[in-house]
Amino acid sequence: MMNEPYGPRPGKILNPTRIMVYGVLIVAAIYYLLPLYIMITTSMKGLPEIRMGNIFALPVEVTFAPWAKAWDSACTGLYCEGLKTGFWNSVLITIPSVIVSIAIASVNGYALSNWKFKGSEVFFTILIFGSFIPFQVMLYPLVIVTRELGIFGSLWGIIFIHTIFGMPILTLLFRNYFASLPEELFKAARVDGAGFWGIFFKIMVPMSVPIFVVAVILQITGIWNDFLFGVVFAGTENFPMTVQLNNIVNSKQGVTEYNVNMAATILTGAVPLIVYFLSGKYFVRGIAAGAVKG
Amino acid sequence: MATDARPNTLFRNLNAKLAALPMILCTMLIFVGCSLWTIIYSFTSSKALPVEKFVGFAQYERLFNTSRWVQSVENIMIYGIVALIFSFVVGFILAAFLDQKIRFENTFRTIFLYPFALSFIVTGVVWQWILDPSLGLQETMRNLGWENFTFDLISGKDTVIYALLMAGLWQGTGFVMVLMLAGLRGIDDDIWKAVRIEGIPKWKTYIVVVIPMMRGVLITTLVIVSAGIVKLYDLVVALTNGGPGLSSEVPAKYVYDFMFSRANIGQGLAASTVMLATVFIILIPWIYLEYGNKGKK
Amino acid sequence: MKSLKHCIAAALLAGTSSMAQAADLEVTHWWTSGGEAAAVKVLADNFNKTGHNWKDSAIAGGGNARPVIISRISGGDPMGATQLNSGRDAEELVQAGFMTDLTELSEKEGWKDIVRPSKLLDSCTYEGKIFCVPVNIHSFQWMWLNRSVFTDNGMEVPKSWDEMTAMQDKLKEKNIIPLALGGEPWQISGLAGVLTVALGGVELHTKINVEKSVEAAESEIMTRVFEALGNARSMVDPGNVGRAWNTATNMVITGKAASQIMGDWAQGEFAVAGQVAGKDYDCLPGLGINPVLDTGGDSFFFPKPKGDNAEETVKAQLAMASMLMSKQVQVDFNLKKGSLPIRGDIDMSAANDCMQKGIKILEKPENILPSSEQVWSPDTQGQFEDLWVEFFSSPEMKVADAQARFVNIIKTAD
Repeated sequence: MMNEPYGPRPGKILNPTRIMVYGVLIVAAIYYLLPLYIMITTSMKGLPEIRMGNIFALPVEVTFAPWAKAWDSACTGLYCEGLKTGFWNSVLITIPSVIVSIAIASVNGYALSNWKFKGSEVFFTILIFGSFIPFQVMLYPLVIVTRELGIFGSLWGIIFIHTIFGMPILTLLFRNYFASLPEELFKAARVDGAGFWGIFFKIMVPMSVPIFVVAVILQITGIWNDFLFGVVFAGTENFPMTVQLNNIVNSKQGVTEYNVNMAATILTGAVPLIVYFLSGKYFVRGIAAGAVKG
Repeated sequence: MATDARPNTLFRNLNAKLAALPMILCTMLIFVGCSLWTIIYSFTSSKALPVEKFVGFAQYERLFNTSRWVQSVENIMIYGIVALIFSFVVGFILAAFLDQKIRFENTFRTIFLYPFALSFIVTGVVWQWILDPSLGLQETMRNLGWENFTFDLISGKDTVIYALLMAGLWQGTGFVMVLMLAGLRGIDDDIWKAVRIEGIPKWKTYIVVVIPMMRGVLITTLVIVSAGIVKLYDLVVALTNGGPGLSSEVPAKYVYDFMFSRANIGQGLAASTVMLATVFIILIPWIYLEYGNKGKK
Repeated sequence: MKSLKHCIAAALLAGTSSMAQAADLEVTHWWTSGGEAAAVKVLADNFNKTGHNWKDSAIAGGGNARPVIISRISGGDPMGATQLNSGRDAEELVQAGFMTDLTELSEKEGWKDIVRPSKLLDSCTYEGKIFCVPVNIHSFQWMWLNRSVFTDNGMEVPKSWDEMTAMQDKLKEKNIIPLALGGEPWQISGLAGVLTVALGGVELHTKINVEKSVEAAESEIMTRVFEALGNARSMVDPGNVGRAWNTATNMVITGKAASQIMGDWAQGEFAVAGQVAGKDYDCLPGLGINPVLDTGGDSFFFPKPKGDNAEETVKAQLAMASMLMSKQVQVDFNLKKGSLPIRGDIDMSAANDCMQKGIKILEKPENILPSSEQVWSPDTQGQFEDLWVEFFSSPEMKVADAQARFVNIIKTAD
C-alpha cells in the first residue's frame, strides 16, 4: 500500500547480495545497540556489581530499584523526588512550543515557496545562516529581548525561544516540501480566486500531513532534550525534566550512581523514543516529500 | 533576486508579507541583531558582563596567539571533514540497504535513530567506558584471550579526535540515514524499471542516476550536519572535556568557556565572530548555487 | 557579652521578620549530591525557622549554573540568594550594583571579628561594603593515601611528596598507579598549584599569587615546580581522559592507585565508602612539606530584588545572611559538607582526624593562603589552567617555554 517502501525490487530468495545487505545492517545495528545494551544492563545492576564487574556483563542480580529511584526519589538538590517533578513541566513547555514553532515555520515555508516576494530569499538565507550561530552566544541578547518583551522567565519566554531556534531548519523543511508539490494545484486554486490563507488551509495543509509529522518529531526531540534555554528562560516554576536529569547525573560529590544515571537517561528519552516508534512510517514519507526537491 | 513570473508590487503579496512577518522580524532582530551584537562586543574588553569599552582588535590578537584556539580550529577541521564524509557515506549506505525491501525495516530504522533522542550527558559516560582502555572494549577483548588487542583511541593525543567521531557518528548518522532514505523513497519507481531494462548495474545506477536526483535532500542534510559540526560542544564536554591536554578542544567550547566560566565575554565573542565569518564564507558558494543561476521556477 | 549581643540581634532580626509577611526566597546553588543535599537541608531548615520560606533551585555543575545565575541577575529576574565560589566570581555583578548591601547587618553582628580567617571577608568586600556571606572553607592542598596499599606491600606509608615520588617505581612494579589523576582541566591546574606551594613554600606562593611578582615567576624555584609537575607525568596512568575527580578518588579507595592530590571534598568519598581517617587512609595537608591551606570555598550572594515584594525579600535576605553566620548552622552545615567552618569560636570536636588537622592549621594565620579564586580573575585562572594542562600532557614541551608563558600570563594578569 501507500506506506510500503517502493525502492528497487529485490529478489525474493536469499542470494549473496541479500546476505551481504543483512550482514551489514546487523553489524551496524550491533554498533548502534552496544551503548544501549550497556545502559540497560547497568541500570539493572547494583552499585558494587558495577564497580567490580565488566561493563559488558549481564546483571547477576537484576534490580529495578535504580529505575524507581531515578523516577521517584533521586536527589536533585534539597528535594529528593526524582525526575517526576519535571515531567509535566516538560510536557507543558514542549506542547505549546512545538505547536507555535511549527505553525509559524510552516507559514514561512509556504510564503517562501509559493508567494515569493522581493527579499524573501535574502531573509531565508539569513535564517539558514542563523542555524549556525552557537546558542550560547545568543544568550545575553535574547535575555535582553525577552526582558523587553516582558516574557523573560515565563512559559511564553521559553515558547518564544524555541520558536526562534526551530525556525531555520523547520522553514527549510517546509519550504522544500511545499516547493515539491505540483504547481498546477496552486495555480488552479488561484484561478478559482482562493487567497493566501485559503490555499494554505484548504490545499497545502491537507496535502502536507507527513511533513508536519516530521516537524513535530524533530521539535519534540529538540525541545524535550533542551536544558540551557529551559533553565534560563522558563522560570523556576517551569524547570523542565532535563534540569532534574542534569542534577541527578552531574552531581560531583558523593558516589556516582551509574545505575540511576542510566535509568534516568532512558526515562528522560522515553517520550521522544515513543514518538519515533509511533510515527516512524510517517517520518520517512514526510521527509521524502519535503526534501527531494531543493 | 528576480521572482520572474509573479508581479511584485507592494500590495499584491501583502498577505504573504504579513504572514512572513514573524520570520522577517526574527531574522532581522534576532539573527542579524545577535550577529551584530556579537561582532560589536568582540571589540570590547567585556568581562563577566557586556560593557562598551572598545579595545580594537586586541581580543583577536589574543585569540590567534592562544595555542588552545589554534588547536581547537585544527580539531574541528579534522572532525568536520571526517564527520561529513562518514555521515554521508554511512548514512547513504544504510539508507540504500534499508531501501532493498528488507524485513524488519522499521526495527532497523528505529535502532539507527534512537541515539538521537538520548541526552549526551550520560551516553557520553557510556562511550567513556567503552573507550577506556582499562575498562572497555580493549580490556574485555584481552580478558577473552586476545592479549595484544589494542583499542585505545581516547588516551592518544592524535587519536582522541577519532574517539569523538565514534560517539558523534553514533549519535548523528541515524538522522542522516533517515533523511537519505526519505530521498530514496522519493525516487520514482519508473526510473528503477527503466534502468533494469537497460541492464545498468545497481551500484552504478545509484551513483549516476539516483544521487544527482537527490540534490535537495543532500543540501538539507548538509545544512543540518554542518550546523551540528560547527556547534559541536556537548559531546566533547561529556566525553573528554577537551583532553588529553588540549587535543580535543573545539571552537564552540572555547566560546562557551570564555563567555561563562572564564568571564571574558569579549574573548568569547571574538572567537564566535571568527566562527560566524567562516560559516559565512562557506555559505557564499551555496547561496550562489541556490539562487545565483536559477534554472527552475 | 559580645555573643549575647549577637544572640539578641539575631533574635530581634528573626523576630521582626517573622512578624512581617513571610517571604519566599528562591536560592540557587549547585549542591545536589547526597552529602551536599544534606548540608543544604541544614540551611533550608534553619532558614524556614526564621519564618520565611526557602525555595530550592538547584542546578548541578558550576559550569551549568553560572550562566543561568549571571544571565538571570543581569536579565532582571534575580533569585533571592545564590551560591557562588568565594572569590572574584561575582565581582562585576557587585560592581554593577546588582547585589544587596549587607554592611549594616555585618556591623551589627560583628562579622569582622568572628570570621576566621578574616581575609575571607575581603573577597566579599567592595569599596568598604560587604556583599556576601562566606559559609565554608575548602582547601586544595591535600594528598590522600590508601594506607593498605603501602603496608600490604611492605612499604612505609609516605609522609611527604618526596617520599611518595621515591616509591613510585616500587608501586608500579606491583601494578599500582602511584598517583590517581582525573582528566578535568581544573584537576591538573590544581595539582600544579599544590606543588607550587608545597615545593616553593609560602614565600613563593605569596610572591606569585599576592604580589604577582614576575621575578618569582621566573625564579629557579618555579622552574623546579615545573620540573616536578613534568616528573609527575610518569606517576599517572594514561587512561585519565575525561575522568571525574571522584572516579580518581575511588581508585585510591579500591587500591588501584596509591594516592591522589585533591581538595578536602575528597573526604566525602572516603566517608561514603566507610573508610576511617588515620586507619584506612591518610591525609597530608600541604603534601607533608608545608602544612598550609588555602581558603577557597563557597559564599552566598543576595541579588537586589525587583518588583512589589522587594522590601519583604530584602528582610528575608538579611535573615538568611544572619542565619548562615550563626554558630550552630556553621557547625551542622560544615560537618555535613565536610568543609571547614568560617569561624573559629565554635565546637568542631565532632570532626574527624583530617578535618581536625585542617582546623589546627587554620589557627595560625601564616598558614593561610588566599585561594587562586580570590587572587586571579576567572580569565587569568583559565590561562593558567590551559598552560598547566598543555604542559602536563606534552612531554615534548620544554620547561623553559612553559615557564616563559607562565611569566607572560602573570605580566598581563588582572
